[in-house]
Amino acid sequence: MRGFKRVCLHACLLGGLFVILLPIYLAFVAASLQAQDFLSAPTPFLPGGQFFHNIKTVLFEGMAVTGGHAISTMLFNSFIMALVIAFGKIAVSLLSAYALIYFDFPFKKLMFWMIFLTLMLPVEVRIVPTFQVAANLNLLNSYTGLTLPLIASATATFLFRQFFMTLPSELLEAAKLDGAGPIHFFKDILLPVSKMNIAALFIIMFIYGWNQYLWPLVITSESKMATIVMGIQYLAGVADQIPQWHYIMAIALLAMLPPLMIIIVMQQLFEKGLLETDK
Amino acid sequence: MGKNFKMHWLAFILIAPQIIITIIFFLWPAITALLQSLYQGDAFGISQRFSGFDNFIDLLKDPAYLKAISTTLVFNTLVTLLALSSGLFVALLVNATVKSQAFYKSFYIWPYAVAPAVAGILWRFLFNPAIGWVSYLANLMGFEFNYILHPGQALFVVVIAASWQQFSYNFLFFFASLQAIPKSLLEAGMIDGANAWQRFWHIIFPLLSPTTFFLLVINVIYAFFDTFGIIQVMTRGGPGNSTSTLVYKVYNDGFIGLDLGSSAAQSVILMVIVIGLTVIQFKYIDKKVVY
Repeated sequence: MRGFKRVCLHACLLGGLFVILLPIYLAFVAASLQAQDFLSAPTPFLPGGQFFHNIKTVLFEGMAVTGGHAISTMLFNSFIMALVIAFGKIAVSLLSAYALIYFDFPFKKLMFWMIFLTLMLPVEVRIVPTFQVAANLNLLNSYTGLTLPLIASATATFLFRQFFMTLPSELLEAAKLDGAGPIHFFKDILLPVSKMNIAALFIIMFIYGWNQYLWPLVITSESKMATIVMGIQYLAGVADQIPQWHYIMAIALLAMLPPLMIIIVMQQLFEKGLLETDK
Repeated sequence: MGKNFKMHWLAFILIAPQIIITIIFFLWPAITALLQSLYQGDAFGISQRFSGFDNFIDLLKDPAYLKAISTTLVFNTLVTLLALSSGLFVALLVNATVKSQAFYKSFYIWPYAVAPAVAGILWRFLFNPAIGWVSYLANLMGFEFNYILHPGQALFVVVIAASWQQFSYNFLFFFASLQAIPKSLLEAGMIDGANAWQRFWHIIFPLLSPTTFFLLVINVIYAFFDTFGIIQVMTRGGPGNSTSTLVYKVYNDGFIGLDLGSSAAQSVILMVIVIGLTVIQFKYIDKKVVY
């Protein structure tokens, strides 16, 4: 009886895995086929031999569906965007959390509430006026425009603030006794003890930046500034007229590969980051 | 805290980047939206006149907007229910295994890495009426599947894609909470003769309720705001506005329809919704320290 239960349990879990991984498997299969394989239903269930050919084609040759630009440019833009957002968010949040916890200054409460308010204004909600602001500041089709508006984040600030509050106050007292100034204290004591939190948050923020869709969609009109995730939109628009599903799925695979690699390779940090960020 | 640093100028420098970005890219747009929502202009943006709450009244009289509200309600409810229940179910199963927890967990978190827009294109291909695997199977079973034509099926496909994407998040949180439940509690239940079902409802589920409530809010927020990419890639709000949610409509009316007043009014309504959700979320965080 116990053995039977165990078999059922694993059958259920493997069935679940099948559903969860099916779309990703399909992308892999489709990316390894050639155009004529998609002419009749259904799409073949097993991979073909064109995988590397297709990946090479989308990476280095411009296609009609992407405005003639090779995907490698978009991959590059995505890396820049994700890295700048992750580094930027962490730098900005570390500094402001440091000020909020270890300094007394006028208007502290007001500033805290201003940061808190950003939690309530996700970019999707204020998309049109934020676009207008970016346009007024000449930020369209630029890396600054892609990244800067997404860099301020209450979540990261609150995470560091929370973390600093759990540190013993003796840390600051001891540093002061040793004659350490605020910059010294930050650099030599606070940063080293925050290392794990910074790394975990970096992973979450990199994935967040990489997976952005709506903001790049409105802020970039030139396809040379497109990111790979929003590049999907070019393909989606023509997918039913020009059935190039082998290329589309090759691009989809490339678009999900970096974040996927990160959570596979750094799974524990990722879990730490995810479980702590939203609490 | 008397022992804090007192250098005001340094504190201002440290906090300045965040405050400046917040003012320029959060407060300024939010105030612009508030102001624009009170004005009506012609289609070219040349003249504008103050119109009080007309934009809001027009919206609430507009059948398309009311339709978007009901679509959003249905969509959010389905995504939240499906993503939460599947996350909890799989977390319970994985937690029940002995040696394979790490193995299953390492795969079940994959969808988190997939962007909503990418999830959209993957599921769009699976559901493709002509060559997709799912439609092929449905046709084999004598069921006509074509989400491009049928509004109900279109809603179904975006719900599936969104729930798939959000599943991993819920799974991981439920799993972490299950691991935190002391084994002694469950053993005590076993000794008292409670069967698995009773142990779940009387011991595990009450202990999970803080996590469940937290996830409920997070999932509603996700369904509201983070599913734009899925809808845009899969259905573009169609057929016949059947999958046009509130956030999709803000984008569509603002950028495609160029009706700035109405789009701004819609933004203001959405802001009110987020404020409500955030208040609920934070009220709960105070109580959350229960276990």
